[in-house]
Amino acid sequence: MAELDVVELSRLQFALTALYHFLFVPLTLGLSVLLAVMESVYVMTGRAIWREMTKFWGTLFGINFAMGVATGITMEFQFGTNWAYYSHYVGDIFGAPLAIEGLMAFFLEATFIGLFFFGWNRLSRLGHLVVTWLVAIGSNLSALWILIANAWMQNPVGATFNPATMRMEVSSFFDVLFNPVAQAKFVHTVSAGYVTGAVFVLSIGAFYLLRGRHREIARRSITVAASFGLASALSVVVLGDESGYTAGLNQKMKIAAIEAMWETETPPAGFTLFGFPDRATETTRFEIHVPWVLGLIATRSIDEPVEGIKDLVATAERRIRNGLTGYKDLERLRAERAQAVPPEMQEPIHDLGYALLLKRWRPDIGNATDEQVHQAALSTVPDVSVLFWSFRFMVGLGFYFILLFALAFYLASRRELERRWFLRLALCSLPLPWIAAELGWIVAEYGRQPWIIDGVLPTFLGASSEPIGDIWFSLIGFVLFYSTLAVIDVYLLVKYIGLGPKQPAAPASNRLAPATGDD
Amino acid sequence: MPPIDYASLRLLWWAFLGLLLIGFAVTDGFDLGAALLQPFIARTDSEKRMLLNAIGPVWEGNQVWFILGGGAAFAAWPPLYAVSFSGFYLAMFLVLAALILRPVAITFRSKLQGAGWRRGWDWAFFVSGLVPALVFGIAFGNLFLGVPFRFDETLRVAYEGGLFGLLNPWALLCGLVSVAMLAMHGGNWVALKTEGALARRAGAAASWAAMALVALFSLAGLWLAIGIDGYVIQGSIDRMGPSYPLNKSVLRAAGAWLDTYGTHPWTMAAPAIAYLGAGASLALHRAVRSLPAFLASGISVAGIVATAGISLFPFLLPSSIDPRSSLTVWDASSSPATLFIMLVATVIFLPIVILYTGWVFRVMRGPVTAEAVEREEDTLY
Ligand code: HDD
Ligand code: HEM
Ligand code: HEM
Repeated sequence: MAELDVVELSRLQFALTALYHFLFVPLTLGLSVLLAVMESVYVMTGRAIWREMTKFWGTLFGINFAMGVATGITMEFQFGTNWAYYSHYVGDIFGAPLAIEGLMAFFLEATFIGLFFFGWNRLSRLGHLVVTWLVAIGSNLSALWILIANAWMQNPVGATFNPATMRMEVSSFFDVLFNPVAQAKFVHTVSAGYVTGAVFVLSIGAFYLLRGRHREIARRSITVAASFGLASALSVVVLGDESGYTAGLNQKMKIAAIEAMWETETPPAGFTLFGFPDRATETTRFEIHVPWVLGLIATRSIDEPVEGIKDLVATAERRIRNGLTGYKDLERLRAERAQAVPPEMQEPIHDLGYALLLKRWRPDIGNATDEQVHQAALSTVPDVSVLFWSFRFMVGLGFYFILLFALAFYLASRRELERRWFLRLALCSLPLPWIAAELGWIVAEYGRQPWIIDGVLPTFLGASSEPIGDIWFSLIGFVLFYSTLAVIDVYLLVKYIGLGPKQPAAPASNRLAPATGDD
Repeated sequence: MPPIDYASLRLLWWAFLGLLLIGFAVTDGFDLGAALLQPFIARTDSEKRMLLNAIGPVWEGNQVWFILGGGAAFAAWPPLYAVSFSGFYLAMFLVLAALILRPVAITFRSKLQGAGWRRGWDWAFFVSGLVPALVFGIAFGNLFLGVPFRFDETLRVAYEGGLFGLLNPWALLCGLVSVAMLAMHGGNWVALKTEGALARRAGAAASWAAMALVALFSLAGLWLAIGIDGYVIQGSIDRMGPSYPLNKSVLRAAGAWLDTYGTHPWTMAAPAIAYLGAGASLALHRAVRSLPAFLASGISVAGIVATAGISLFPFLLPSSIDPRSSLTVWDASSSPATLFIMLVATVIFLPIVILYTGWVFRVMRGPVTAEAVEREEDTLY
């Protein structure tokens, strides 16, 4: 078993590098589609300003994309370097979507991104447009596959334990692919990316209008961003709700923690708008309660109960005891060199993961005391305050984006965009989608704790047995390296935003003059 | 149950993993080679930009061969992925740092004018080519020696020895083979894709590298034959058995790494191709902008990677401290179902990838000229 400190540091490193990767991902997802939309307008209308727009946002896209690729490679390495036992234990299932992502998505986006930048003079208009769309499709497909992998960690369907190889193996690839959690996650996350792209274009467009620069390009960009953003923001909220629904079905503990719901309520459960969850007393102080709402979100009905934390802990305790029976069965099976679990042992071995929680307290878990079983059951409760607050900020921002884009859409359609209060508001909204998305991942991933695979493998067992010095070294290395890169990246983006779209003074022979000049 | 038996699936996936590594070495290999040659062959800013733009449109797609290699190892050979990435932890971190630096260096360098800014990124670019080339060679070298790891009953892996254990003379020699190989290939690419003094210097560098490669590769072969004990599986192993490495026993034996060439003489084609390719690359380089020279060095690279894989066969990753923990083709794979699903996905998508990659290379054909680099100041790197 890995040392606990090693586990903690590995988690910290994974969390930091994943959250960092996801600073670049949503912008790639959103901006790639926006580029494709802008270029489509160019090809359909033939107006050169739309091409200049595509090129301008394309330059910013390129700077961001490079960081997305660079930080993505870290993620791919990290399962092997820091989560070796995890990789062994579930690689049979989890590796497949990751590999297919490379095959289907990364090749597509990475191969055509080169042509996007270098192909302007080598391809026909239509040819280049197709390339841009392929980049957008590639990055969206990559989100699909990685989220299928991630959703499996939240809801591990289609897999069984094989005693002969001591790992989980796939029993139905179909179930892994069509995991309902994956579908909800994909739509929610990709829409979040679109919102990010739209806010980015909106804010920077607003910045130009405030300065009175690049008016033509800014106004058109804002118009595109407003309609695209409004649709995406609605989709995030409606489908964020879908996410809540699927989480309610398979991760009852996560939902209960998000709601700081200590006791099971009589249906339909209420939604706590505000309050201070207190773990010690298992109560929430100063709560403002809205009746019915949670029950509707989580169960889509008014008569199914939403279980509270205390009841879920009792369930966990039962499953740990059941898992201990499974653990003993497993020892017997291994002594007989069995290659599969006989049907009568399926049920207890299904709870093996719960028994493994006890490894935190003793290696010989077969001898665990009642006290230890109870402790292990309590450890299935994630950090309630963090989930409670992260979730509320995300949701609040979700509603804010709808208002923001609705306003932008309204003003754009009335040709009244240049109101300074609105432009300032739009500019100040720039960081918000990133905050919402990061909080979303914290809800999803931190809320999964103590599991690395929900109900199957506890996080602390998934880590590699590395010397702790190595992990300190890489962690500090990442922090220094990533911070430096962040500074450089932001510097470069600010520089290029400052420069603004190109105003070709002496247009090269193969370039059309812009339809309108400004600035 | 899949329609192909487990042993064949394992063999196929061993070949596929090799194919992906070859894809990486042949495509991204020239990007790495171009990067590590950069300080030696590109002198002016304009030449540096020509070199960058020679790989600019394609390096990103090329790099996916590596990412896919990692993904395929994860999916098809989970223990291999787990043991190699965590066992080489610090070495992997170095490679990773280089691979993080590379996209940024290529994309950011020419975005601003300052001389300091550009010089800094030039260094970063050089390092991002040299470090992976060297470390991959060193890691391969260590596979032949065995890696100090062992499994417990639950297949949790533990290691002894760290980064400095990897830096032994044999492994360093393998690192040099890898650097020479990629320098040859990268030099040929730059010679093909640029013009003038830069192209001439690149071609000359490729020739020197090819000669060094032939010498180093021969030395490594000799050393492997007489100086390094190979590993052999003792008795028989169930090729259809579960992927549980601890079921077998393994011995060390002098010269065993060359056994495969004795039992299957046709496998000698791999080292032969390595030599022929390097020789042909040397012979063909004089004509600047020589596609045949570049193709020849690509063939040589493929031969070298194949030689390494075939010599190790059936081992993937031998263990020096507990030989029975060694990972082999027969006991370190995914389940038959996963191997089969991944086989189907690969057979469908890999040809498509190769087709459109070929198309992109065709669209971007022709050399990057100094004139174009100056004219298209803001669209090129
Ligand atoms: C919802 C989307 C999403 C999520 C959750 C992740 N990624 Fe990512 N990743 C992308 C969406 C994406 C992308 C949009 O496709 C990127 C970001 C920017 C880019 O250039 O491509 C990318 C790049 C990227 C790359 C470089 C690909 C290339 O060369 O083109 C790798 C290897 C990974 N990612 C791997 C991972 C892993 C192992 C993750 C899990 C922890 C992960 N990503 C989370
Ligand atoms: C890029 C978006 C993602 C973000 C921002 C993110 C965030 C996080 C965070 C905050 C943690 C730490 C939780 C904790 O230790 O308390 C974590 C852990 C982890 N996540 Fe994610 N995650 C992302 C995507 C993914 C995906 C797509 C996968 C799998 C395909 C994944 C797999 C893991 C693993 C293996 C851990 C380590 C174990 C753990 O601590 O839970 N993550 N992630
Ligand atoms: C009313 C609004 C919203 C609701 C009801 C909502 C709901 C949820 C829920 C329940 C999860 C957790 C899913 C899980 O546990 O696996 C989640 C995750 C997430 N949310 Fe939201 N969300 C909302 C708004 C937003 C906004 C505005 C953004 C970003 C712009 C966002 C980005 C994310 C991301 C990136 C994740 C992690 C990926 C995932 O698990 O799907 N959400 N959201």
